[in-house]
Amino acid sequence: MNSYDLIMDLVGKVSDISDLPAVGAYNIRADGCGTARQNSENIEIITKTDKPGIDIMVKPGTKGETVYIPAVITHGGVDDLVYNDFYIGEDADVTIVAGCGVHNCDCEDSHHNGIHRFFLAKNSKVLYLEKHYGEGDGSGKRIINPETEVFAEEGSTMEMNTVQIKGVDSTKRVSKAELKDGAKLVITEKIMTHGDQTAETSFDVIMSGKDSSCHLVSRSVARDNSKQVFRSYMRGDTECYGHSECDGIIMDNGVVSAIPEIIANDVDARLIHEAAIGKIAGEQLIKLMTLGLTEKQAEEQIINGFLK
Amino acid sequence: MLELKDICYTLPDGKEILKHIDLTVRDNEFMVITGPNGGGKSTLAKLIAGIVTPTSGQILLDGQDITGLDITNRANIGISFAFQQPVRFKGITVRDLLSLASGKDLSVREACGYLTQVGLHGASYVEREVDATFSGGELKRIEIAIALARESRLSIFDEPEAGIDLWSFKNLIAVFEHLHEQNNGSIMIISHQERILNIADEIVIIADGRVANKGSRDEIYPLLLSEETAVPCGCCKGGNCR
Repeated sequence: MNSYDLIMDLVGKVSDISDLPAVGAYNIRADGCGTARQNSENIEIITKTDKPGIDIMVKPGTKGETVYIPAVITHGGVDDLVYNDFYIGEDADVTIVAGCGVHNCDCEDSHHNGIHRFFLAKNSKVLYLEKHYGEGDGSGKRIINPETEVFAEEGSTMEMNTVQIKGVDSTKRVSKAELKDGAKLVITEKIMTHGDQTAETSFDVIMSGKDSSCHLVSRSVARDNSKQVFRSYMRGDTECYGHSECDGIIMDNGVVSAIPEIIANDVDARLIHEAAIGKIAGEQLIKLMTLGLTEKQAEEQIINGFLK
Repeated sequence: MLELKDICYTLPDGKEILKHIDLTVRDNEFMVITGPNGGGKSTLAKLIAGIVTPTSGQILLDGQDITGLDITNRANIGISFAFQQPVRFKGITVRDLLSLASGKDLSVREACGYLTQVGLHGASYVEREVDATFSGGELKRIEIAIALARESRLSIFDEPEAGIDLWSFKNLIAVFEHLHEQNNGSIMIISHQERILNIADEIVIIADGRVANKGSRDEIYPLLLSEETAVPCGCCKGGNCR
């Protein structure tokens, strides 16, 4: 596979596009460099001058557009650090597809550290899709450490779906948010680790605005000897609603730790945390087996559904 | 035809749950198993589905010994089992389960058809996850719909009426009446409900791990309704088993 094909193959795996979009904004980053870019009438992508990365400017009122900003690494020995800032104009409603794919058949590690900041203006709305994936049979590790910061102004909404299913040896994921009046944050995280992989996720959400809300769901599966840590810090400084939920399935020698912290600084702050970690329930396996599935098929069905 | 021959099931602590059960379920028969709580009815159903392995005895389907078949293989030869306590799944939708049960990817329309049969407005349910957001009654009806989707030659329902409200119960009876009329397979229902007993071809009373009595509805049903005697009992030679 030549370099372009490998890049596009990885792009396809993390962003579900098989080719560069004919219309709409995108920026493809490969091995630490921007390799392809397109702006749209409403979305402009500008290279930062003070550090590596881009600013993504979405005009106020932009509706229904999707911008793709995947980053890929095609070999070992890459240490990529990128700062991407998203400025979402008032009343805009857009989808942002990010994600990172690392192909490493070499003996040196490859890192991708993506630091994304979102500035959501009043009443804007963002659907942010992020998929992380690793492949390659080299002894070098595939390491992805994303950081996401959200500054949500009055009435804005950020929905973030983040998925890591395969091949990432180590990840430290940090997400932070501050929510103003009526702002809403929904985060859905799905992670599966296997082998000796490790995954740490950390959420830090401050609800400083009246009637702001946060709904955070993390579903994880830890197989083989992999280890996962889930930390969440959720603070309500006023009348607000926060809910965090951590569900973990452990298999083989997998380990999942859940460390939640919820702080209500106001009598009208309503905060809930739920956590459940355990192996697949025997009754779930039996039920699916009574439908004709083998035990192995039932197990896969349960996990695929859980992480769907 | 399903035959149970001298089936015994004893727990590791020595407690006998089922004692020398002989029972035959004929093709297209509608059999209702009833009897006191703790008498072994659910264990018997699980044993037929392969969830529980008998300590001794034989299970035959059309003369073939299926005692050693596991749950999956029992399912694949046409035995379905609706749980008394339906199982919840995070991330698996009602349509997923109905599709697995029917062995093919069901369209929304097809999946809704099964849900409608159990009195649920399909469109409101079909893409929902089978999780804690469902009430107990809704889950029971979905469980029954899943059993219907399997279109098995033997369908076992463990107390389908449990947790279902009165209004839904009328629909439930209609579902079973319809199944009976269709004559597409044998049905075994564990139930205490008079209206279900009243549509049975055969009623079997299980008490204290034994077949206490069995016979046609016309023979057994009046006995069940008779004064004082809950269960005329074979194990105590015609006396009342309480």
